[in-house]
Amino acid sequence: MSFLEVMLLALTLTLPFALYRLVKGPTLSDRVVGLDLITSVSVALAALYALVSGQTAFLDVAIALALFAFLATLGLARYIEYRGHKGD
Amino acid sequence: MQMWLVYILVLGGVFFLLIAAIGVVRMPDLYNRMHATSKAGTLGVGLILVAVAVFYQELSVAARALSALAFIVLTAPVAAHALGRAAYLSGVKPCEDTYIDELAGHYQANHKLESVEKTPPAHKPESNP
Repeated sequence: MSFLEVMLLALTLTLPFALYRLVKGPTLSDRVVGLDLITSVSVALAALYALVSGQTAFLDVAIALALFAFLATLGLARYIEYRGHKGD
Repeated sequence: MQMWLVYILVLGGVFFLLIAAIGVVRMPDLYNRMHATSKAGTLGVGLILVAVAVFYQELSVAARALSALAFIVLTAPVAAHALGRAAYLSGVKPCEDTYIDELAGHYQANHKLESVEKTPPAHKPESNP
């Protein structure tokens, strides 16, 4: 197992932490923070897999994921602001 | 030599993403958690993208990696600011140890998005038949 594959595995270890915040998070905003971390780790995973596999097409996956993550966070933030004071 | 630089950059990127993940679990309130993910997360992804650009040393790959990096560096603060503002306005309280809240009293409690107010509600029945 090469060094980069070990790094790929280590990067996967961050996903349970973010998933914990996504499930447990006391407010909706906490869940959005967890989701944001999951997507940015996915961008890093796609970029790192472009190194491991030798296929540069995975960089395009990283770019598209980063775009979607930004739009999703903005949309959810707007929804939270529109919804106003509500417990969840 | 160049391979060692790639290894160091990837190691740094994975380290910062792990720090962000630990921070998002361990930090006491939403604003501290956003501090962990928006800064450490951006730096981690950025270091890995720079590692890709250094590894391939081709113009097309470097352009794609660095444009992704520029996009993330430009958009992460905007997304974090929008989310933090929305959370503050929707009444998410800072943790108990916070001793100054400089925004307290500067926002109305029943704040509404102005653009949402202007658009007519979709399901409103017509008043004149």
